[in-house]
Amino acid sequence: MRVLVQPQRFDAAQLLQGFGAGAGAVVTFTGLVRGEDGLVALDIEHYPGMTEKALRAHAEAAAARFGLSDVLVVHRHGHLAVGEPIMMVATAARHRRAAFDAADFLMDWLKSRAPFWKREIGPEGPGDWVAARDDDEDALARW
Amino acid sequence: MTLEILYFAWLRERIGAPRESVETSAATVADLVAELVARDDRHAAALSDMRAIRVAVDQELSGLDSPLAGAREVAFFPPMTGG
Repeated sequence: MRVLVQPQRFDAAQLLQGFGAGAGAVVTFTGLVRGEDGLVALDIEHYPGMTEKALRAHAEAAAARFGLSDVLVVHRHGHLAVGEPIMMVATAARHRRAAFDAADFLMDWLKSRAPFWKREIGPEGPGDWVAARDDDEDALARW
Repeated sequence: MTLEILYFAWLRERIGAPRESVETSAATVADLVAELVARDDRHAAALSDMRAIRVAVDQELSGLDSPLAGAREVAFFPPMTGG
């Protein structure tokens, strides 16, 4: 299991080298800063200490629940331009269903329970803080 | 007891500081919020709608009725927007 919280870009290929060796299925998901009208970048704030602890606890919960042989969570913070990768999860399991479900589960949790806060940066500078979405909360209730 | 209070995102901006140390005898998070709100207008405005605010006690998500006995760090922040 590996959990990384960092401002730097990550190299997905390098992180996935040897990941899930011996598993039958590896699923990866990467989230990017979505290009939207007037959006230049996102500033992502986090809670140092709690973030790492919460991510690790949840990665462990996903591993136990879905019988994963390995799990990786990388989440960036700081100033991220449109198109840059924000985060990645990777899950390894014997079969694809568990790997897909575990990645989905991790993503739903990250959206509304991981201590990160996004702020929109426009051409004129800092704009609004991104509001939490009800459908993200609903998605979490599925599990 | 001395508690380290942390604020994130728009709460940090409204309070005007990322953290502060407070001397308190609050038994629960709700007691602490009442003490902070009574301090000054900035705290009162920032913490006026606790339905829009999440709390962590010693880095664990908690509720308004969570006890503070033995706690060292309490954080207030808006609903998270990770992923």
